[in-house]
Amino acid sequence: MSRNSQNKSAGTRARVSRRTFNAGVAASAIVAGTTPFNIARAQGGPLKVGVLLPRSGAQASIGQDCQRGVDIAPGILKGLGLPDLQIMNGDTETNVEVARARAERLIGEGAQLLVGAFDSGQSTAIAQVAEQKGIPFVINIAAAPPITEQGYKFVFRNFPTAPMILGDAFANQKEVFESTGVAPKSVVFMHVNDTFGTAMKNGIGAVMPRFNMPYTIAETIAYDPTARDLSIEVAKAKATGADALLMVSRLNDAILITRELIKQRWSPMAVLSMGPGWYEDQYLKTLAKLSDGPMSFVPWYDPNKKLSKILEAAHTKAFPEISLNTNHIYTFEALLIAADAFKRAGSTDPKALADAIRKTDIKDNVSTGPGIQFDAKGQNDKLKNSAIQNRDGKLVTVAPKTASNAKAELPMKPYDKRG
Amino acid sequence: MPAEIYLNVAVSGLLTGLVYGLMALGLSVIFGVVRVVNFAHGEMMTIAMYLAVFLFAAFKLDPLVMLVPISIALFALGYAMQAGLINPFINRPEHSQFMLLVAVALIMVNALLIVFGPDAKNVQTSYSFDSFQLGPLIVDATKAYAAAAAIAVALALFAFFRFSRIGKAIRACADNYTGALVVGLDVKRLYALTFGIGAACVGAAGSIMVILVDVTPPLGPAYTLLAFVIVIVGGLGSMPGALLGGVLIGLTEALAGLFFTPSAKSMFAFGILVLVLLFRPQGIAGKKQS
Repeated sequence: MSRNSQNKSAGTRARVSRRTFNAGVAASAIVAGTTPFNIARAQGGPLKVGVLLPRSGAQASIGQDCQRGVDIAPGILKGLGLPDLQIMNGDTETNVEVARARAERLIGEGAQLLVGAFDSGQSTAIAQVAEQKGIPFVINIAAAPPITEQGYKFVFRNFPTAPMILGDAFANQKEVFESTGVAPKSVVFMHVNDTFGTAMKNGIGAVMPRFNMPYTIAETIAYDPTARDLSIEVAKAKATGADALLMVSRLNDAILITRELIKQRWSPMAVLSMGPGWYEDQYLKTLAKLSDGPMSFVPWYDPNKKLSKILEAAHTKAFPEISLNTNHIYTFEALLIAADAFKRAGSTDPKALADAIRKTDIKDNVSTGPGIQFDAKGQNDKLKNSAIQNRDGKLVTVAPKTASNAKAELPMKPYDKRG
Repeated sequence: MPAEIYLNVAVSGLLTGLVYGLMALGLSVIFGVVRVVNFAHGEMMTIAMYLAVFLFAAFKLDPLVMLVPISIALFALGYAMQAGLINPFINRPEHSQFMLLVAVALIMVNALLIVFGPDAKNVQTSYSFDSFQLGPLIVDATKAYAAAAAIAVALALFAFFRFSRIGKAIRACADNYTGALVVGLDVKRLYALTFGIGAACVGAAGSIMVILVDVTPPLGPAYTLLAFVIVIVGGLGSMPGALLGGVLIGLTEALAGLFFTPSAKSMFAFGILVLVLLFRPQGIAGKKQS
């Protein structure tokens, strides 16, 4: 048997003659030689942008929400005189390893720039791949500071880091308290116990003392974001006798907590949220008039900017049932950055694109702040947060004053007096 | 902390525990008779919850009113599953049965994802935000109605197994399989009926549960696990044990959340499970195997 194997092996070897080997080498050379022509063709066509989002898995609804920002982008970018983008969709499946693999695959399939990926863990994995392959990566949403602290040359983030979010949140809260003349003396801090919630809790502990807030934290209550019942958590919070709630939550738990506040007959003076949930469409629709009142201190958009009005109009036309939110805004802006850099670079060469992104200076943008520029680390450190309040089933921006379209209302109208 | 909070939380845990108990009752009925562990139990409950959500959204039908039709629909699903899918596996090794039902569970979760999407769905009835105040005690109205409905369904089920001819025949199958065959009982049909009744029970639990919690497809596996914990604590195959286990787990979660940290309340439920497995492996109300 072993002899037969050897014969077979020898036969196989015999088929690869010097002539076929040379032919193979020549073919490889031809393939290699045509590559520059491929690039040259690509220069004349659209920029291939791989958009990596959690389109399935636990964050599927958010990934699909971000996709709305992608869907409305082409028309607006065209209107701004920017070149076409060819979108290549990738699903991270809300999984860090899948995010890494999808990034590699998209680059293998010809993506010349990557955008994504909503989540810090997934974005970190994609950033490593992008840096290794030398392909520019524009992060739409991810707040973990280390991503832009690695000395990467191809990674850019147009989203505030967690310390930036917290700092602005406290500053905007003080502005709101000052403008309304109402401020809580004590709060209960309730937060989800996932990576995001725990990071925010640690960040609040570090950042809050710098702002000399008018309130103290009476109690901190951590809870599972997938909890089906939060009655105990709310009962504990109510028992402290605190004036307000300071929240870091997700969507479903925000709805559950509101229900429990009503059932347990507790109307805090304010709900001050520093995360998602309280401003999301599903929250507003599910709770209707009971959704009014909470304030969210989050990365948002300046409703007074010209491009914001254009984006709002396009969004309302495409998705009349859904309000413009952080997911749409920052995903759209990531594509705006890509198209703007492509226009200035005049090339799909990754290094030229990265150099162009580094020199980005977009004043006419959507997000709150002076515009889009990147520091040496690839971070847009000029971004500002906004304070938004739920009002009559819609969202109004109440701070900072320079980017607001309404005045804050405090205290919240008690739940039992809403008719 | 004010004293009334302990009473409020304990009552809340008791009411939730009764609904948990009803959910676990279906699992216990199926295992007690057919000796098949239904790994798709929680997923079947989410199907019932989605049915309730659909009926509410389309026709504004209250899930508590729809409890009977939804239970009938789940009975049909359970009967068909047992007759068409599980019966051929009855005499196969247990791991084949487990894998079959795990596969069914996965299919159900993904089918629900395709049909309803990943977003949480809920039913907001006219009493969704109501509560009763009895002195210092505030009782969540939805939990009170849900617990009352759970008790009614459980009593109906106990009565069925105790007094009806089919119920007695099913119990005979559970007590002595060979004896049931000898006296001419159609065991396969009775097995299918039992699976259907267990499914109807979980259908009723789903109709009730949907007024308490929002439903998402991934909720199924979480409830399957919870049902297992409850029936193991209460005693696998014991119907009163399932209710008792539900109440015990509901109370444990509630009080552990209050005394310790709410995020660790499930840990205490699993702690009870470990203690039961160590010191009373047959469960609180289970019979010791000879």
